[in-house]
Amino acid sequence: MSEGTLLSARGLNLSFGAIPALVEVDADLWPGEMLAIVGESGSGKTTLLNVLSGKLRPQSGVVWYRDPQGALHDVHAMPAPSLRALHRSDWGFVHQNPRENLRMAVTAGGNVGERLMAQGSRHYGDIRAAAIDWLAQVEIDPARVDDLPRTFSGGMLQRLQIARTLVTHPRLVFMDEPTGGLDVSVQARLLDLIRSLVRRLGIAAVLVTHDLSVARLLAERIMVMQRGVVVEAGLTDQVLDDPRHPYTQLLVSSVLQA
Amino acid sequence: MSAPLLQTEGLGKRFVLHLQGGIELNVLADVDLTVHAGECVALAGPSGAGKSTLLRSLYGNYRADTGRILVRHHGAEIDIVTALPRVVVQVRNETLGYVSQFLRVVPRVAALDIVAEAARGLSREAARAEAAALLHRLNIPARLHALPPATFSGGEQQRINLARGFIGGHPILLLDEPTASLDAANRDVVIGMIREAKARGTAIVGIFHDAIVRDAVADRLYHVTPLQDAA
Repeated sequence: MSEGTLLSARGLNLSFGAIPALVEVDADLWPGEMLAIVGESGSGKTTLLNVLSGKLRPQSGVVWYRDPQGALHDVHAMPAPSLRALHRSDWGFVHQNPRENLRMAVTAGGNVGERLMAQGSRHYGDIRAAAIDWLAQVEIDPARVDDLPRTFSGGMLQRLQIARTLVTHPRLVFMDEPTGGLDVSVQARLLDLIRSLVRRLGIAAVLVTHDLSVARLLAERIMVMQRGVVVEAGLTDQVLDDPRHPYTQLLVSSVLQA
Repeated sequence: MSAPLLQTEGLGKRFVLHLQGGIELNVLADVDLTVHAGECVALAGPSGAGKSTLLRSLYGNYRADTGRILVRHHGAEIDIVTALPRVVVQVRNETLGYVSQFLRVVPRVAALDIVAEAARGLSREAARAEAAALLHRLNIPARLHALPPATFSGGEQQRINLARGFIGGHPILLLDEPTASLDAANRDVVIGMIREAKARGTAIVGIFHDAIVRDAVADRLYHVTPLQDAA
């Protein structure tokens, strides 16, 4: 494991039948930085996110996580309850589809407060105040605190998911296409929000996206995947402005100039 | 003379275009450039000679193929060519500033915040005050400060970029055509800002097509020669 990393993966391999999803993948993430994983559908980027976050077990390789006390944990060797506890506290996961993370039959405030309660908060007034504060931070009118998420638009649901994820101040957030499927105007607002929250709270994040401009605006470092292989990695602006691998050159040259 | 802030040794850069049948473009070879504190070096040469490629390589935006790019960062010498990406990020945050020709920012963020975010070592309030002062100096009126610059004119966007580049007070500044879309009055403001930065000891490398600006700020020229002609 490299020095000071929050998360380190070495030699990850995983195939689905004959299809390689991860081939000898290494990855490092340092505290407070954002790493983008880009590539086309089927390149293995979401598989990598799921393996890094312990949701999916690799056929070989290891993922290390360093806890706040500095102790290292082999993510795939952790007992299931410890991994679940990690996902409730130090880690957060933002899905492309917010409905996978939110409880649609619980109010907006309840969705945010639930994660605090799972961490042991019990004071109703404090939890409600924190929920209202977080709704405001993600630019949802606090007057909607008692409304059900099904009355929210797609962009609001995504922001609610982000509030629910960040309320416990995780050190590491995994994001799977967080701006996918949203209108362009809503995307811009969400990008701004994610960027400022991550920066202000000093959160580290792994961001999966197929959108190179999202990677450029949010992430300092980037990994480009093709058929399970990391074909190029480095500083985001360097990889996108001076791509070396034929696949990266193809990706960059295929983007429409707005 | 004191140790240089920026120095290249045998710097070379070529591009391999895999989508065009693997064509190789050799752009830079054997670039030896040395810049000291308080000095401004203007890159000279015909269009297409590789001036922008050199400037981008110095910033680590392009990856040099050969040679070294040594930057004095907190007293230590860092080679931008071989430094780990996260080290390059630190060098850019604290030592090496860059003003590009194009403004690339998250949509929806106000001009003032874009500039204030680039300040270093200031409180939020102080950074915003400093940003406002710089924008006023560059003749961006207060009514525009709260607006995202996406709808601004080319010259206004360039001045936002300049304010963002200068507010950090980096010891080394790279300037790519900083006055390209500016009128004479604003050009003179930029000349003043560059001179003040030099007086503070900033080392500057720039591309200045405008001869008035070049003559006003550059201490010497570094000639970038097209490689096909040189061969």
